[in-house]
Amino acid sequence: MTPWKFFVEHRSEILSATLDHLTLVLIAMAFAIAIAVPLGMLIVQHRHLRSIALGIASVFQTIPSLALFGFLIPIPFIGGIGRRTAIVALILYALLPILRNTYVGLTSIDPAILEAAEAMGMTTTQILLRVRFPLALSIILAGIRTATVITIGVATIAAAIGAGGLGTFIFRGVAMVSDSVILAGAIPAALMAVFADLLLGLVERRLKVI
Amino acid sequence: MNAKLSGPSDAAIEFRGVSFHVNDIPDRAIVSNVSLTISRGETLVLLGRSGSGKTTLLKLINLMIAPSQGQVFVEGRATTESDPIRLRRGIGYVIQDAGLFPHFTIAENVALVPTLEKWPSARIASRVEELLHLVGLDPAEFSSRRPRELSGGQRQRVGVARALAADPPILLMDEPFGALDPVTRAELQREFSALARRLNKTIVFVTHDIREALLLGRRIALLQAGRLVALAPPSDFLRLVHPEVHAFCACLDPSDGAAQ
Repeated sequence: MTPWKFFVEHRSEILSATLDHLTLVLIAMAFAIAIAVPLGMLIVQHRHLRSIALGIASVFQTIPSLALFGFLIPIPFIGGIGRRTAIVALILYALLPILRNTYVGLTSIDPAILEAAEAMGMTTTQILLRVRFPLALSIILAGIRTATVITIGVATIAAAIGAGGLGTFIFRGVAMVSDSVILAGAIPAALMAVFADLLLGLVERRLKVI
Repeated sequence: MNAKLSGPSDAAIEFRGVSFHVNDIPDRAIVSNVSLTISRGETLVLLGRSGSGKTTLLKLINLMIAPSQGQVFVEGRATTESDPIRLRRGIGYVIQDAGLFPHFTIAENVALVPTLEKWPSARIASRVEELLHLVGLDPAEFSSRRPRELSGGQRQRVGVARALAADPPILLMDEPFGALDPVTRAELQREFSALARRLNKTIVFVTHDIREALLLGRRIALLQAGRLVALAPPSDFLRLVHPEVHAFCACLDPSDGAAQ
């Protein structure tokens, strides 16, 4: 069977797997952003937490994705088979690029600007929220963009622990030794990554101030 | 603020035996044992080579740096006993690269301190307009622009307007015209000198340029390796007998006439 014929015959199944995949990515990214951006702001103010936070986030990043899914299964509450475990793993994976870019963005501000802000009588919090954060926004968004593309890719492996999504086709295709089935999962995932990258790239450029 | 003052003291800023050393190591002093009184309404120039401690001395005034020894008094009150935020909002500050916020418009940059002080927006708007006129920028043309769209000289004018926004009695300036081309620098020096006479502010001006010091200062304080080595009005300064004074005077071209 040609890939094209397989696509046409299974279009509703592929579409629903794509939506599942997208949902998985969006939920994971929402949590990852909600954790990593405030954490990045926190470690700018509390320098002793910096190496701990960045260290932990790096460790998650170094664990091979399939292994990370496996490690999480036996953990109570967050573990088990299914979507919840997959989302936790995807969040852990997305943390580092966002956290690192948030930290780098917030700390790579022209010292003259920070000196002026301090001398004008702005408090540390005012400097963080009104000066550092707006100036770091495009760098933070670049981190979110990287994390999104990674998450779309890693989410295909989530099918291994029963989380659904486009990985279902890929694993099935590998088992069946069928290129058509693999491509039915791989092509939509690749397209999703490309579109996400383009879209977030556009937003990133609009947020650039200097 | 004036209510706190007891008696007609005319010292706006006073250094009493002030030293500052990095990590509290006394032999690594950036500023050693400086005592100096700056009168209200005076323009005092801190002159010295790079690393002589003049910027540190300036930052001791608004508590960007805390003294290791001695005390700095601003309007009769020790800086270390003041709230640094309140202290700084009452002191204008201008630095070499202006340090404007690139994500703010020119109007928003000038309005910074009034905004932090929560002035009503109508009052802020009229103040911004007044200040831009004062520094020679047309509000209609510049208000909504961003700093990157301005020349270095124009940015520095905005920096001065921002420092004056909340009408602080004291103005600190750290080589404000240092990064400008010679023609623009001369233009801004002349205008600023006229402005300073009109505003009647206490101004502390850091420079390494003896011409600038002679042009703008009512008194010149010369620093060498963290010590105050000379203090005199421009007319007497050139006649002082001190090797560092001679070193600076040697930079002057005798036919130049900057000393008037």
